[in-house]
Amino acid sequence: MSLREHPGTNTDPGATPEDADYHTWTGKARGWLLRRLPADKLLPEDQPSYVASWIYVFGMGAIVSLVFILASGVILGLNGPAWYHVSDLGHFVNSVHLWSVELFFMTMVVHLWGKYWMAAWRGGRALTWITGMGAFLVSIVTAFTGYLLQTNFDSQWIAFEGKDALNAAGIGAWFNVANLGQIFMFHIILLPLAVGAVVALHVVLVRMHGVVPPLEAAETDAQLQRGAQGDTGEAGR
Amino acid sequence: MHDFVSILASLDSPGIYLGWGAFQIQLGNLIVILVMILLFVLALFLPFPSGRKRK
Repeated sequence: MSLREHPGTNTDPGATPEDADYHTWTGKARGWLLRRLPADKLLPEDQPSYVASWIYVFGMGAIVSLVFILASGVILGLNGPAWYHVSDLGHFVNSVHLWSVELFFMTMVVHLWGKYWMAAWRGGRALTWITGMGAFLVSIVTAFTGYLLQTNFDSQWIAFEGKDALNAAGIGAWFNVANLGQIFMFHIILLPLAVGAVVALHVVLVRMHGVVPPLEAAETDAQLQRGAQGDTGEAGR
Repeated sequence: MHDFVSILASLDSPGIYLGWGAFQIQLGNLIVILVMILLFVLALFLPFPSGRKRK
């Protein structure tokens, strides 16, 4: 069978993804993705006018902070505590890591407040809200393991205070805060992957459904009409 | 050795705590919360700079 004859290959330049007759799981997956997240929604050139407000800036602020956290964390991980505890540059990168986390949580919490007071789960955005809360919770666990890795009296104190709460919750045997090796692996591999995955899913969902409009925006607003059409895969074509 | 340990212990000082009745909070945590509230209020009321013409 030639490529042109393949049932999943529609060579009509005017065809939409819905028109294609997919028979393989890869083709079906591609069609499903393209219907929900066409390229113009994934990387838009314009945003609705209501996005021109400082309250819409904090989500991106959290993402920028996360990039700084990951970059400084990679440098810390490559050089190790014997470097970042004693050298000037190590102290600097260690501090960048800490203060990026401070900024990450501050911007994320202001983002959370803003979205809460504008009921940002409206318009089929429940999963966007849930993944945002998931990112917040996983980030708290990640930050906690970071505090345990300071390898100083502070981290020792936090570990031996925290173990009682974790034992009371019944997970102390699997998540042992006094086990530096285990916490190290959680902090530099498992939890960063979890935070990155949840944040990536959150951003993709924001792009799929569009930025939530203000509460006072009229339902007849032309921009919202376009957005509603976009959710069915027929927007702006 | 004793001096070394005491210097390290002083670096790990617990910080300043503020308390009102049963409520107690570390000054650093209080500052972070106040800054977040300030950022939230400013974000609501400060005008956003107008860039190129938006749709």
